[in-house]
Amino acid sequence: MSATITSGKILVESKLRADAAIYRHVINAGDPWIYEIKQGQYFRIVDLHGNQAVDTLFYNAHDYSDRYSAQDTIQYQRNIYLTTGTKLMSTAGTVLLTIVADTCGRHDTLGGACANESNMVRYAIEKRHMHACRSSFLKAVTEWDHGMSKRDITSNINFFMNVPVTPEGKLTFEDGISDPGKYVEMRAENDVLALISNCPQLNNPCNAYNPTPVEVMIWAAEP
Amino acid sequence: MNQTVLWEETIQSGASWSHVLKRGTALRLTDLDGGANVGGIFYNFECPTERYNMPDTLKAQHIARLTSGFVLYSDMGRILLSVTGDTVGWHDPMGGTSNRKLIEAKYGASSYQKDRNDYHKNGRDSFLVELGKWGLGPRDLVANVNLFSRVDVSDDGTMSFAPENSKAGDSIDLRAEMNVLIILNTCQHPLDPNPKYQPKPVQVSIRQVAAPATDDLCRVSRPENGRGFTLTERYFM
Repeated sequence: MSATITSGKILVESKLRADAAIYRHVINAGDPWIYEIKQGQYFRIVDLHGNQAVDTLFYNAHDYSDRYSAQDTIQYQRNIYLTTGTKLMSTAGTVLLTIVADTCGRHDTLGGACANESNMVRYAIEKRHMHACRSSFLKAVTEWDHGMSKRDITSNINFFMNVPVTPEGKLTFEDGISDPGKYVEMRAENDVLALISNCPQLNNPCNAYNPTPVEVMIWAAEP
Repeated sequence: MNQTVLWEETIQSGASWSHVLKRGTALRLTDLDGGANVGGIFYNFECPTERYNMPDTLKAQHIARLTSGFVLYSDMGRILLSVTGDTVGWHDPMGGTSNRKLIEAKYGASSYQKDRNDYHKNGRDSFLVELGKWGLGPRDLVANVNLFSRVDVSDDGTMSFAPENSKAGDSIDLRAEMNVLIILNTCQHPLDPNPKYQPKPVQVSIRQVAAPATDDLCRVSRPENGRGFTLTERYFM
């Protein structure tokens, strides 16, 4: 791995080669994806076209009530941004995955996922019909058919999104800092279920007003 | 605001508490000794899969703190609670709660057998026990607020706990805009650097209050909140 520092962010590249991946899948804009990742496997998300928010949740594959916790994750590392070295913590205090490479440098976990209902509040009541991440999440867990429901849709990670907090306690949505081909890579520390909504939001710049596909890749655990 | 106090009680230090705060009533929490922390999670009592949503609350109002004029959103675009009064100025919506491992690492081993009712409580177990009384469990444990506490965030994202944020006598008023199942505990903030186990008590006062007027502070504070009130009022039509 090699690390560089760009505008205060430490960028770490992975040595894993794309042609050695055991799984590759392109998630189109607005689509969900749900998949089990085994302990020790490496999981990469590639922002193919740049500035695409990838709303992501993780669950302990053996107990879905033990799931990714945004608050436990930021509290554990005492930092609100996710990047290389961040341990993605569960509600029960277990490490689900560790970020091991990151060429973007900063990811958000405070902004959550868009929903028909939050769009009505944030933009206009007439926006209810617009496709939203939490609809994708619900569709995916319903089709997964393992008893998951809205109760399991909690505060997620927004890979490639830039949501700073100011000293006055304001939350701001800044232009993305991702570019085409940027990626984030994690090692699964336990068997996990990954749930992604490739964000369809058109009402704010989180996808540069043009949602685009992303690629997910998995490599086998090191022998 | 025209208020009739219905009843009052004290939540002891390190204790859990729950109540269905009815629409048309409000909850005043008062920090009795200074330095209190109150962890809270909130649900629509009639349909608890509708619950407090940290990201929706923060992004609808572009905030990383809670004070007068702000509201607490559910995941369904409705307002559970409005902050109608606050003498503190900053309440933390990000820092989360403590768990058994953290409390044991910070304050040492403790048990009921040894310490009786002063045994060390942690936020997560406190939430789960109180949620269990309402038929809810780990799948319902979502991001919580920490009333009376403040967490600052620096440019590089570092979180730091601000000491002495709340003084003795400080209070916050939460008005119920729905029938809200309120789950609270007075465990210390997880980022509180105090090396001693010293949770603080708070006073609870339940009041009857008028419905939010057209010029209500929380309703007019942002256009987003105006729409939030509209959607909440439609739920009761």
